[in-house]
Amino acid sequence: MAAIIELDSISKHYGPVVGVNHVDLAVEDGEFLTLLGPSGCGKSTLLRMVGGFEVPSAGTIRIAGVDVTAAPPQQRDVNMMFQDYALFPHMTVGKNITYGLERKGIKGTAARDKAEAALELVGLSGMFERHTHQLSGGQRQRVALARAVVREPKVILLDEPLSALDAKLREQMQVELKHMHEKLGITFLMVTHDQTEALVMSDRVVVMEAGEIAQDGTPEDLYERPATPYVANFIGTTNFLSARVVARGAGLVTLEAGNQELKATDVATSDGQAIGQIGIRPEKMQILKDTECRPVNVLPGTVVETIYQGLALRTVVRLSSGEEMLVDEILRQGMLHSDHPRAGDPVVLGVEPHNILLFGAER
Amino acid sequence: MTLRALDRIGMGFFLGLPILWIVLFMLVPYGVLLTYSFWIKSYPLFEPAFQFGNYLTLLNEPQYLSVIGRTLKIAVIVSVTALVLAYPFAYFLVFRLKNVTIRKVLFFGVIAPLWVSYLLRAYLWKTILGTQGVLNSTLMGLGIISEPLDIFLYSQAAMVITLTYIFIPFMVMPIYAALEKIPRNLDEASADLGQSSWTTFWRVTVPLSLPGVVAGFTLTFCLCFGDFVAAFLVGGPDGLMVANVITSQFGAALNWPLGSALAVVMLVVVLAIISLSDRFEQRTKVQF
Repeated sequence: MAAIIELDSISKHYGPVVGVNHVDLAVEDGEFLTLLGPSGCGKSTLLRMVGGFEVPSAGTIRIAGVDVTAAPPQQRDVNMMFQDYALFPHMTVGKNITYGLERKGIKGTAARDKAEAALELVGLSGMFERHTHQLSGGQRQRVALARAVVREPKVILLDEPLSALDAKLREQMQVELKHMHEKLGITFLMVTHDQTEALVMSDRVVVMEAGEIAQDGTPEDLYERPATPYVANFIGTTNFLSARVVARGAGLVTLEAGNQELKATDVATSDGQAIGQIGIRPEKMQILKDTECRPVNVLPGTVVETIYQGLALRTVVRLSSGEEMLVDEILRQGMLHSDHPRAGDPVVLGVEPHNILLFGAER
Repeated sequence: MTLRALDRIGMGFFLGLPILWIVLFMLVPYGVLLTYSFWIKSYPLFEPAFQFGNYLTLLNEPQYLSVIGRTLKIAVIVSVTALVLAYPFAYFLVFRLKNVTIRKVLFFGVIAPLWVSYLLRAYLWKTILGTQGVLNSTLMGLGIISEPLDIFLYSQAAMVITLTYIFIPFMVMPIYAALEKIPRNLDEASADLGQSSWTTFWRVTVPLSLPGVVAGFTLTFCLCFGDFVAAFLVGGPDGLMVANVITSQFGAALNWPLGSALAVVMLVVVLAIISLSDRFEQRTKVQF
């Protein structure tokens, strides 16, 4: 696969404020790539620079090998799906879609046929004559997608495409957009602050922090092997404990954390720093029953409270060192909420060495 | 008395006083005006009657029709001039000016004259355009003319300039408000779809701001149509407006019935314009 979008050391400054700082990124042709991060991390600015709505302060942007750094949006073979869709309120659904075909020289019945086909693709057949204000949020979103798709761009840019929808519809549209991407074979470049959305939809996720790329990888990479505490914290939930190396050998590193000695699979921290803290995902620990054989690592503590979440039960455990750990257990059949340790009960947590994430010292 | 009854009395005062005011000082005078318009002038005063002679006079004597025509013409010219000046200005403020403070200052700059007496502002143009005025002395100072010219003042052009100056805030305000309501990303969406900013302006911005244009045009037109101060101060012998003729009918000519008929005609014209604009505004209105 060839890179369809190449960002070469892109920076964007607003006066003294750095929005994006020397970002290098190559988007492969046909992939679904998501820029993920909290608001103000520079992800939207990056997307807007690809769309041509902002000009980078430094660096080069190439789309399909052509330098478009200074080109206006009109001259770029990409189309944006705007956050609140930006449909033209004074035009019908059909006019909204054919509007983008005019400059391509497609007019009259040819334009109408193409628009109808795009509407069919997004599941809105027969809506050509409708007015945009007659549509629901989900339908507007589909029209916005049809308007972008009909121009057959090389890349479709999606700016927080699902943020205006309610939770149920959002979940449904996540899968639908992903299917749409597979069907069209066009590159999708999306921006979101919603980690679930990113994990569900993307082939690759780029996590951004303060204008820079924090980690770039598949959804699984990011979740299972977060490079930094920032990523571990942003994607999913992580318990952090400060840690000190006691001994190393045979692929295991012995650490002192939470007043206990823990053994972890010895891998280098991503930033090459000495180990300063560890992270454990709440669902990668279990509360040990007396009958169970003990895993390599145990952490004794006291239950602070239990939180019933329907699918899972979250237990807050205070370790003897004073740190609080979250433990999530899926509530399977036969595993009753009422059987579980209650607040005040002493418990022992077990964790396997390969489930301990190693990070450098806290900054 | 129960609380509910007290409540009702309070509400009665709250709603009743304004309604009484409007009936007493607006609807009743309209009725009086309408009644007078059917009366007959009989020297030295007038007597009650029900006949259409006053309206026939307006139709048959060309001077009245021509004054109505001239008033319409001036009102249209002023409204168009104000629109041509106000739209680009409002567009510049809303879409092109990035600095919010400067935008507010410039907008306020256009609105501020409304706080100055209308008469004073009209008089101001007499000072500018007059023979001893600013314009003449500047031109003489520059050596372009050797003697003061009297062509600037007392003409329809002077009236158009004065009226445009006076009423332009009423054009700028609704257009500015309409433009401000247009979501910014529609411009970006249009560019994204390959359309030039010129096309975007005509196909997206203008249609979406039409309600503001209609409101501004209606306000300016109606205010202009009823004006008599500009004609009085800077208009020449060929600058008489309907309102001036009405004033003279009620004054020097002492022909209240004819003046009333003329006033009724004016009222009908204004109401027609307003209802037309209302219908047009309904059609151009969009939900964002």
